[in-house]
Amino acid sequence: MTHALFTVVGVAVVGGGLYALVRGPASWRAGVAVLALVLLVSGAWYGLVQAPPDREMGNVQRIMYVHVPAQWMALMAVTLNFLCSVAYLFRPSWPKDALAEASAEVGLFFGAVGLVLGSIWGKPTWGVYWSWDPRLTSEAILLVAYAGYLALRRFIDDAERRAVWSAVVGIIIAVDIPIIWFSVRWWRSLHQMQSSPSTVDPDMVRALRWNAFAFLALWLVFLSTRYLIARARTEREMAPPPMVAEAAT
Amino acid sequence: MALKRTTWLAVAALLIAGGALAFIALGDLGSNLVYYWTPAEMLDAGSKAYGATIRLGGVVQRGTIAWDSGHTELTFRVANDMTPTAKNVLVRVRETPPQMFREGIGVVVEGTFDKSQVFTSNRLMVNHSNEYRPPKPGEGDRWKNTLSSDTTSSARPK
Repeated sequence: MTHALFTVVGVAVVGGGLYALVRGPASWRAGVAVLALVLLVSGAWYGLVQAPPDREMGNVQRIMYVHVPAQWMALMAVTLNFLCSVAYLFRPSWPKDALAEASAEVGLFFGAVGLVLGSIWGKPTWGVYWSWDPRLTSEAILLVAYAGYLALRRFIDDAERRAVWSAVVGIIIAVDIPIIWFSVRWWRSLHQMQSSPSTVDPDMVRALRWNAFAFLALWLVFLSTRYLIARARTEREMAPPPMVAEAAT
Repeated sequence: MALKRTTWLAVAALLIAGGALAFIALGDLGSNLVYYWTPAEMLDAGSKAYGATIRLGGVVQRGTIAWDSGHTELTFRVANDMTPTAKNVLVRVRETPPQMFREGIGVVVEGTFDKSQVFTSNRLMVNHSNEYRPPKPGEGDRWKNTLSSDTTSSARPK
């Protein structure tokens, strides 16, 4: 019950924050960007100095404090892309399409960062940078799928057709999101299962949470900025050519 | 300009996505696409497992890690689980094991099995559990000396 309440409050705060950043003055976005930087720097101290090393892996384990938040942000962004895609097809509007584009790009960015960090972590612990295990493979498919999604958006000139077809693609590729999450439970894998606060030392949980909030602040800045870029582009596309505009007045 | 509503497309896309997910989640994909075989499964396959490049996964059986006298070849037994009677396979590796390699840890080895009942591997990977804990008091930098400990450096008796 508290879990559900926490989720609802969390979604409301993140959604409200995103709305405020998109609608509010640019100084708000700058403010959150500064906040993100402060949180990231202090988060690095938390992860590198304050948190203890892991008894099995030693200091290498500290990469968890950036790998895991990066993947969380990626999954949040692509889930948002799915929601925007569904919402667009049921009740089309340009803001939904713009947020879909922004979330796909932000998701691809954080997913790629998370994958590279995971790979760097894999070498000293697993012994390999990469192996085609279910978790790694499904994550790689996610990145290729959203890169394809963004390419598709560039290929379609007509704005409305672009919005419709990328929404369809956004819904279908979202199938991979639950597969990534459950891959470590459904199938045998090299990647371990999700940790929970009961399997992680409290000092480490604190460092991880701190860094997750740092990444969340960064996520909000990226997403809101990218959204505004997408909106401006569509508006320019929609605007009548200058000659016609002059003739009309 | 009013945007056209395309409810049918949303429904169609959601049905395709839901169907694909159900197929993957509930279908019997796991038995066709296994990342690794357990020792019991590989031994049960008998001669069918010989020769092909496969992945074998399990835990390193206690007291079985040994290096040859030149310290270039590592052998150990991979078992289904930590019980002493668990089915197990002798694995031979000519690769530097990852830092975490030790008795009782999960491993995945890539290589080939043959009728001599030895699994020859050219790739040794170590699993990590989802537990993260600091060293216990008095353990110190435990992770630094795992490979030089007595259990891993003992020469295999000829």
